[in-house]
Amino acid sequence: MNISNLLDCSVMSGGGASFGDKLADIGRELITIIINGLSVGGIYAMIALGYTMVYGIAKMLNFAHGDIIMVGAYAIYVVMLISNPIVAILCSIVVCILMGVLIEKVAYKPLRGASPLAVLITAIGVSYLLQSLAQIIFGSDPKFVVVYDFGAINILGVRIQVFTLVTLAVTVVVMVALTLFVKMTRIGRAMIAVSEDKGAAQLMGINVNNIITVTFAIGSSLAAVAGLFYLLKAPTVSNTLGAMPGIKAFTAAVIGGIGSIPGAMLGGLLLGFVECIAAKITVIAPYTDAIEFSILIIILLVRPTGFLGKKRREKV
Amino acid sequence: MNDYILETKDLGISFGGLKAAQNVNIKIKKNQIYGLIGPNGAGKTTIFNLLTGVYKPTTGTFFLDGEEICGLSQEKINHKGIARTFQNIRLFNNMTVVRNVMVGLHNDPAFKCTVWESFLRLPRHFKSEKAMRERAKELLKIFDLDDERNNYACNLPYGKQRKLEIARALATNPKLLLLDEPAAGMNPHETEDLEKTVRFIRDEFDLTVLLIEHDMKFVAGLCDELTVLNFGTVLAEGDTRTALQDPEVIRAYIGG
Repeated sequence: MNISNLLDCSVMSGGGASFGDKLADIGRELITIIINGLSVGGIYAMIALGYTMVYGIAKMLNFAHGDIIMVGAYAIYVVMLISNPIVAILCSIVVCILMGVLIEKVAYKPLRGASPLAVLITAIGVSYLLQSLAQIIFGSDPKFVVVYDFGAINILGVRIQVFTLVTLAVTVVVMVALTLFVKMTRIGRAMIAVSEDKGAAQLMGINVNNIITVTFAIGSSLAAVAGLFYLLKAPTVSNTLGAMPGIKAFTAAVIGGIGSIPGAMLGGLLLGFVECIAAKITVIAPYTDAIEFSILIIILLVRPTGFLGKKRREKV
Repeated sequence: MNDYILETKDLGISFGGLKAAQNVNIKIKKNQIYGLIGPNGAGKTTIFNLLTGVYKPTTGTFFLDGEEICGLSQEKINHKGIARTFQNIRLFNNMTVVRNVMVGLHNDPAFKCTVWESFLRLPRHFKSEKAMRERAKELLKIFDLDDERNNYACNLPYGKQRKLEIARALATNPKLLLLDEPAAGMNPHETEDLEKTVRFIRDEFDLTVLLIEHDMKFVAGLCDELTVLNFGTVLAEGDTRTALQDPEVIRAYIGG
């Protein structure tokens, strides 16, 4: 399922048919696509930031990242039954962080130094484990949950859901904060050292396990926020909620250059736009997913490191 | 007070059937510059990997300043006071020279600052970060690298990269510094400089140096004592001059 199938804003078309009116209609249509693209892209970017963070530092693909979003969404659902949205969001973030760190300690830490393929397969296993556990606990029927209704506003005759703007704003703030965190703090410096050479960093006294735990905690808290965004847009929780957005966001991270924080943002927004534009054109709308993954393949062929990824130097 | 800063007892490791090191007993006095030599594949770097916790020994143990630290994790061993450089340089290539050294200073209590102070840019962040940078600059100055401090490590010429590795290791404030072929790839003039520098840091930082080196002139000039390894076992040890003239040692090097 595409997130964009649930449109957040729609054109309120007038009755007139003059040339000027048509032009205005096209203008509104464009604004609609842009806003929808930004909103869908913002969610993908938020998930992709988590992927790229973990990949950039720990050099592993955490395919369970999408399912942590699902865990976060269920956490919001459960807490919302007894409390208010603010408490639910905070609880969701805490649950996701604990879950992410637990997964890292139990599943990935014992594989430190093992082949990347073993870690990858384990991550896929963890992903299915989470989905199945959720199904056992909550059943397979989707749960309905309205976190908060931000309402809508009118801009130039286009009705825009306020949460799309919230999504975008939060994503940009998170991107900037993450970049600053990695570039400007001491623990960020240690993270870069670990990402460059785990062994050398450890021999310089950096506690690599702690750094990776912090990385997972950050990545998982981003997943919790992404879960919240998802619920704002599509207010149902199911156990496979995180699967498709997870893969799409992974695609976005790779397109942008995995390991690069602005790259994740760029890839996410690009994918969001592609999805919304494709959904608008009737002929190609059914092939939206295929188009998105084709873009991934083309980018991988033309520029294997993605738009903003670092060129890998061959070691001699 | 212990007589020896480093003492290994029957240290050994085997990889499957290959005994990469066995029954290695090395005793290094405080403030000594001690050599570890031997032909290629003799197990010198293996000993370094054992001493820094990269490998866990299959037999024996070792003591740093009387404390048994064998079996600790790599970062704990570093905190206890052993730092090293690498035979194949392993700098953080995409970081600047000064930031490489600052990674070494990461755990220094003198520049303490929590994650939150750092992220929220509280005054202590700037203070400790500035002090750290100053300290890093001081360390770089010793190696004539302070002019290069804002260059990326990967852009430095080879000899300077080797020096930067030593500066980064020094930043972790070690008691024992392990240098893995520090003079490799240096010209005779650079080697002479390095000899002086190693002596200087030994005195300035009150530390002990254990070094692996193939340049015998360099070893003879610096080390008062050494251990010669061959096929993972100790072939000769003791006074440098005597050991280097040992017919067994000469045979191991030249072959035959």
